[in-house]
Amino acid sequence: MLFEVTADELDPGRVVEHVRRDDAGAIALFYGVVRDHNRGRKVMHLEYDAYPEMATKVMQRIADEVKERFNIAETAIQHRTGRLEVGETSLLVAVSSAHRKEAFEACHALVDRLKEEVPIWKKEVFEGGEEWIEGDASAPGT
Amino acid sequence: MSTANVRLFARLADLAGTREAEVELGEGLTASGVFDILVQRYPSLTGFETIVRFAVNSEYVPASHPVRPGDEVALIPPVSGGSRAL
Repeated sequence: MLFEVTADELDPGRVVEHVRRDDAGAIALFYGVVRDHNRGRKVMHLEYDAYPEMATKVMQRIADEVKERFNIAETAIQHRTGRLEVGETSLLVAVSSAHRKEAFEACHALVDRLKEEVPIWKKEVFEGGEEWIEGDASAPGT
Repeated sequence: MSTANVRLFARLADLAGTREAEVELGEGLTASGVFDILVQRYPSLTGFETIVRFAVNSEYVPASHPVRPGDEVALIPPVSGGSRAL
């Protein structure tokens, strides 16, 4: 398994090769990409902050849990930190499995769980301001 | 001296103006107790105890979790894509 939090450009080829196995006939690969708009605002760029030592541990735990639910062979996760421009890749999640259905489902489940639990945050810098994006929770003073 | 190291991230780091702090551990201090000490030191953190999650030594813990000398306590604001349901 591969779990990385890095300021460097992500490497989809490496992620896919990490999960490729002779007994796995399907590989699902998810890209998270910086979008040019959010909540009706024009996004200029994003800045990701992370707690890397914990983030990789949480990735490992979530991958283990998803592996128990689905019959998957191997997983690889890379998350980028620092400043990312529109169109750049912030997240890669690759899952291999014997068959495509479980690869798709496990990849979907993994991405959902990662977004809820991995200690990585994004600050959106939009036209006219900036804001930390903090899920569904509302914060005092906002 | 028995102390714990505290790490702050994202908005909480911006508000406190620091990414790290050291706190002295009193008797029976918990993760939320550590947060209370930081609020006194950095009043701009006031009110955030309702949304912050705690981690000790890189594992999520409840607010009542005891903090021991040498522990690393992290204040975890809500992450980008999630609700804070545990």
